[in-house]
Amino acid sequence: MNSENFIADHVKNLPRSGIRDFFAIVSEMPQAISLGIGEPDFVTPWKIREASIFALEQGKTSYTDNRGLLSLRKEISKYCTSFFGPDYDPVSEILVTVGVSEAIDIALRSILNPGDKVLYHEPCYVSYAPSVTLAFGEPIPVATTPGQEFSLDPEAFEKAWQPGCKVLMLNFPTNPTGGTADREKLERLAKFAKEKDLIVISDEIYAELTYEGDHVSISSLPGMKERTLLLHGFSKGFAMTGFRVGFGCGPDWLIEAMMKIHQYCMMCAPILSQEAAIEALRNGTEDVLQMRDQYHKRRDFVVRRFNEIGFNCHLPRGSFYAFPSISSTGLNEIDFCHRLLREQEVAVVPGTAFGEHGVNHVRASFSTSYDKLVDATDRIEKFVYCLDSENKEPAAV
Amino acid sequence: MSDLLTVLQDTADPRPEKLAKILGSTPQEVENELEELRRNKTLLGWMPILNPIQGQSEQVRAVIEVKISPEREGGFDRMALRISKFEEVESCYLMSGGYDLLVFVTGKNLKSVASFISERLATIQGVLSTATHFLLRPYKDHGHLLAEETENQEKPSISP
Ligand SMILES: Cc1ncc(COP(=O)(O)O)c(C=O)c1O
Repeated sequence: MNSENFIADHVKNLPRSGIRDFFAIVSEMPQAISLGIGEPDFVTPWKIREASIFALEQGKTSYTDNRGLLSLRKEISKYCTSFFGPDYDPVSEILVTVGVSEAIDIALRSILNPGDKVLYHEPCYVSYAPSVTLAFGEPIPVATTPGQEFSLDPEAFEKAWQPGCKVLMLNFPTNPTGGTADREKLERLAKFAKEKDLIVISDEIYAELTYEGDHVSISSLPGMKERTLLLHGFSKGFAMTGFRVGFGCGPDWLIEAMMKIHQYCMMCAPILSQEAAIEALRNGTEDVLQMRDQYHKRRDFVVRRFNEIGFNCHLPRGSFYAFPSISSTGLNEIDFCHRLLREQEVAVVPGTAFGEHGVNHVRASFSTSYDKLVDATDRIEKFVYCLDSENKEPAAV
Repeated sequence: MSDLLTVLQDTADPRPEKLAKILGSTPQEVENELEELRRNKTLLGWMPILNPIQGQSEQVRAVIEVKISPEREGGFDRMALRISKFEEVESCYLMSGGYDLLVFVTGKNLKSVASFISERLATIQGVLSTATHFLLRPYKDHGHLLAEETENQEKPSISP
C-alpha cells in the first residue's frame, strides 16, 4: 500500500511550518530560554477560569446554538461597539468560533471559488497562506517592509492587485512584526477595497495589545462594515489560548454562509469556554489592561536592549513580538537561530517562518518574565560579541 | 509610583545592576534613587517573602482584635503606637467597625504569644478587651499563592 496515494495533493504539497521544525529542536533542550512563544505567559485571570468551573458545576455540558450562546453574542456585540466601533446584530451578524483559527478557515472556505485570489501582507501569521491554499484559493503575498516598520502599506496592495482578487486579508497589530495600521492608511485601503470590490477579512486578535495610540478597525470606516469580516478572539488580550474561543462579525449573508460550514464541521464552540468568554467580556477588561501594561514595559526593555546589542529593531506598536533585523551579525536568520540556540540556549524564531519577507529578521516574543528577558538578552549580547571576535580573528593574524 | 518602584515590585532580583538594565539607567543612578527613597521613608526596608509553611515552620502567628479607650488628646494614636512598639507586634492597624486595633503578632510558640497577650497587651491601661485568633494554615501570603499552580509542562516552548 502506498500511503502517499491516500493524501490529497493539495495537502501533500502544503509546506511544513518552519516553526514546527524549530520546535522539534527546542523541545530537546528544556533548559533553553524560549522567546519563541506565541501566546501570553500569563495564565487566564482567575475570575474567568472560575466562571468556567462554575458552569461545569452547574452541569453546563451541552452543545450550544451553532452560532454560540446568545448571551455571549450579546456581550460580543456590546464589546465590538465600544472597542471597534460598528454595531453588530447578535442574532444575525456574529458567529462564535473555535478560535480565530477556525474563523479564518471557514471564512475563506465560504468566500473562495477555486482559483480566487487573496491579497495579504507578509511577514504574517503562519496559517494565512495554507488556509487560502486549503480553500483552493491563490495566496498573493504583499510585503510590509522594515523601512515602514512593517506597518500597513496601502500602495503596495494597490500595486499587487490583479484580476481575480476577491479577498483582502489584514492582521494589525501584526504577528510577527508588531506593525499597526493608522486611520489614514486604512482609509486609503478602504477606498481601494471598494473600488476593486474586495471583501476584507480583518484579523484583529492583538487589538487590545496596542501601545501607541488607539487601535483603529477597518470595519469602523464609512461603508466598510458591509464588506468586512472582523475577526477577534480571547486568546491574546484575555490570555485564553487554551479555551479555543473566538468570533467573527460581519454582514449577515457571510455569517450565514460561515455558519453552514461551522455547523457541520464544528457544531459549536465548547460551552465551558463560551461561559468563560462571557465573564471575560463582562469583568475582564481591567485584567487585560494590566497585562497590556506589563507587555508594554517589557517591550520597551527588549527593544532598547536589541538596539544596544546592535540589531536594528523598530518599536512594535502592538502585539507581544519584537522583530529585529539581525543582518548586522552577518548570519542569515536560520543560522542565527540555530547557533544562538546551540551556543547560548536562547530560542527565537527565524523571520522566514512567517514568509519570505521575514528574511534577515527574527521574532522574539516578550511574553516572558522580566527576569528571563534580562537573562535572554544578556545571552544574545554575548553571542553577538563572540561572533564579532570570531569574525575579527583572521584579520588579526 | 516611580518606574523604579514599579520594577522593584515586579522582580525577584533587586540588584542595582539588574534594575539599571531594565530601566535603561546606570547602577549608580539606581543606587541614588534608592537612597532618596530610603531617605524620604518611601522605601522602609527589604524583606524576603518566605513561604510560611517551609520557612518558619515553628513560628506562631495570631491576629488580635483590640478595643481601647480613646484619649482626649491624640485619640487612638498614643495607645496604637505604644502597642506597635512591642517586638512581638508585626503590624498594627486602626480599624473601623466592632473593635479599634487589629494587631498581628508572632512568637516562637503558642505559649510565648499567649503570655505576650495576657501579660503585656491586655494589662496595658486603656486596653478594654482583646479577642485573639491564631493563624492555622496559610494559603496565600503577600500576593503569593502557597499551593503554586503546577506549571503547564506541556505548553509548547515554540508556538506560532
Ligand atoms: C494573527 C493571529 N491570528 C490568529 C491566531 C490564532 O488565534 P486563536 O487562538 O484564536 O485561534 C493567532 C495565534 O497565534 C495569531 O497570531
